Amino acid sequence: MTSSRPSARVLFTLAWRNLWRNHRRTLIMLVAIIIGVWAMILFSSLMSGMVDEMVRGGLRTLPGEVQIHHPDYRDDPSVANSIDAPSGKLLDQLNSPPVTGWTSRVKVPAMISSERDSRGVELLGVDPAGEISLGFDPADIVEGRFLTGPDDKGLVIGRKLAERLETQLGKRVVIMSQDPDNNVADRGIRIVGIYKARLQATEELSVYAGRETLQAMLSIGSQVSEVAITGNDFREVANWWPLIEQAAGPSLETLPWMTLDGYLQSMMEMQTSFNIIIMVVIFLALSFGLVNTLVMAVFERVREIGLMMALGMRPEWIMYQVLLESIILLSLGLVLGNLLAVATILPLEDGIDISAVADGLEMAGMGSILYPSLQVSDMVMSTAVVLLLGLLASLLPAWRASRYNPIQALART
Amino acid sequence: MSVTLRLAWRNLWRHGRRTWLTVGAMVFCNALLVFLISTQLGSYAMMIDGTLGFLTGHLQVQEARYNDEPRMRYTVPDGIALAQKLRESTRNPAFAARGSAFALASSEDRSFGIQILGVQPASESGVSTLPGLIGEGRYLNSGNAAEIVIGSVLARNLKVNVDDEITFLGSGRDDSFAAGIATVVGIIDSGMTELDRSIAEIPLEYFQEIFAMEDDVHMIVSKVDDLDKVAPLQAQVQQQLSDPELKVLDWDQLQPGLSQAIQADLFSSFVMYAVLIVLVAFSVLNTQLMSVLERTREFGVMTALGVSPGQLGRLVLLETAIMSLLGLLLGCLVGGLATAYLGQTGIALDGMKEAMERYNIEGRLYPQLSVLSLLAGPVIVFLGGMLAAIYPALRLYTLQPVAAMRAV
Repeated sequence: MTSSRPSARVLFTLAWRNLWRNHRRTLIMLVAIIIGVWAMILFSSLMSGMVDEMVRGGLRTLPGEVQIHHPDYRDDPSVANSIDAPSGKLLDQLNSPPVTGWTSRVKVPAMISSERDSRGVELLGVDPAGEISLGFDPADIVEGRFLTGPDDKGLVIGRKLAERLETQLGKRVVIMSQDPDNNVADRGIRIVGIYKARLQATEELSVYAGRETLQAMLSIGSQVSEVAITGNDFREVANWWPLIEQAAGPSLETLPWMTLDGYLQSMMEMQTSFNIIIMVVIFLALSFGLVNTLVMAVFERVREIGLMMALGMRPEWIMYQVLLESIILLSLGLVLGNLLAVATILPLEDGIDISAVADGLEMAGMGSILYPSLQVSDMVMSTAVVLLLGLLASLLPAWRASRYNPIQALART
Repeated sequence: MSVTLRLAWRNLWRHGRRTWLTVGAMVFCNALLVFLISTQLGSYAMMIDGTLGFLTGHLQVQEARYNDEPRMRYTVPDGIALAQKLRESTRNPAFAARGSAFALASSEDRSFGIQILGVQPASESGVSTLPGLIGEGRYLNSGNAAEIVIGSVLARNLKVNVDDEITFLGSGRDDSFAAGIATVVGIIDSGMTELDRSIAEIPLEYFQEIFAMEDDVHMIVSKVDDLDKVAPLQAQVQQQLSDPELKVLDWDQLQPGLSQAIQADLFSSFVMYAVLIVLVAFSVLNTQLMSVLERTREFGVMTALGVSPGQLGRLVLLETAIMSLLGLLLGCLVGGLATAYLGQTGIALDGMKEAMERYNIEGRLYPQLSVLSLLAGPVIVFLGGMLAAIYPALRLYTLQPVAAMRAV
């Protein structure tokens, strides 16, 4: 029965022509699919942009994608829980790829007092070159200068903190903390720079001083509180942080950012599931229209289908033909929807200013400019969702079309 | 009318499957909207309660400059008496005065810079949930004892326990040296790490004595049981204040981030809802256009018999209205039942704990079903469906009876 087996070409032509027999219906459905696909990609790229920005900003504040501490430091961030500066095997590992930057810092809670007011802050003893390699941008210094070296005797504070302390560039402030023997260690120090940060909370909390200056003040020799390490791409960290952990040895605690900042991690996880949920929900809203269109298209052609069957076309080919119609419709919608999404998102990638709700975004740890990021993976995922679920939804109408009895079908009016 | 209605009803069921599919799209969309909007409103309520309930309250009386620049010297004079006066005049017992100062708190092993609050132990529980969240020991109970309650993380960082002593050093309102030693009587366990890391409360009179505040305080906090009562209370309190230096701030002014976070979330979700509604409207458009086109002959006959295009248009709109109404009722029913059920049991937030803590939401999320959240989405879907039917209905005006009757 070779005659009952139409070539793929014929089948395609049939499906294509059938689609455009009722061009209004097809066009309406096509527009609906385009809007759906466009929305899927737009939402996921906004979401990816938001989460990326949050994670990148969070990592700049952390800083680094991997940090090494004394095992007790995270629970009790005291100077007593300091570690030796990296040396030997660990130092070799830090200076070889995939590590692109690292720094060691002293980080202790401290109190800072101006003539007018006092605040609790996180005092950082840093090597400016290392901070810059970890993402500190010298352009964020709005007044004065950044530190010049680990032995710099000056202090760099945030804009918001300067406001709170009613102090300014060039003034002296007193910083007070504890040395490992619980004695008060303090020092008068001049403000040499004021920085701005993405979040006000950072501006109020982080205060930078030279590492060696602080080590002397706290009498901890060359010890540090943490080693921060970056490899540039936060998505790749899982591949290389065990190397660092191995090199650091079991007496130190080496952790990737996923553990260091649970909030960022859970945002990343939420992003993926959120994207899939949105895509499926949009598809479900679409699917009713899709099934409806197919049911109608089959219904109008009952006689025709009966005739084709009477002439020897086998039921499964009827089914394939209806499925093919659905695939053509979906593919057209996908191509145009993807194009539309690319066309709308690319001009927006320079950032959308949403500073009107800046305080609210700060609550979520976000800056006030949203950079949508078009991810190929999102486009692939939306295509997969639409094609897969679309075929699934089309199965029922297609199957029913193939179940007609030719004689009854021909007798329909 | 009843003829049109009967016609419309019968027309709908000529293609039962098609009608049900279109109704199904609406039911799906409506049920989803009811659930999502209720969940959103529920989470906002929890966010507001969570953020304001611990400390901020709904209203605060402050010196006019204090909110922007919280400085020791911007005070509310004679605060304890003023709080008492406000309690009596507004017949709302939830007013409590507070002082706030920065100090270096030291235990035997550790020192941390912290913000210390002076509170009125008897009134504080009316405006803050913290007195009820004591994990160990007890809350403050007298106005002037040298006692302190601190957050659990702070206690761990300071390495202190109940009955240990904490020394604090700071400066008083007049820039004098301020120092005190207080015994830890209780440890607050709010479950919010950030709060447990920073909170420390001492009795207000003791606070005033140490920080040279005389009878002044920094704020008088008030709380209401319903957000709608904030504005009237604010006006009432403002009237009571004779001192022009004092200002009554509502929660939106005290925590601008909160309502902005809600706005940002509302906006982004409305865009999402709009897409869903547009998709459903397309579904209705498709169905109604098809049903009009396939009845061209029939409509031709009807116009030839004297039925006006306007009447036919109304018929089509009525069909859509019946369909949309079905979608609305079923959608509200399905969505309402599911939401009401989840409103009882709550939605577990496993894996989102850190994200929710940012917004001070803890434990389970409870969707809040209200008339607004039940009807807002479905009514818009209904209107969207009606809007989509306008084009098919308008086509009837261009119908030529003779040509229409010949159409296949």
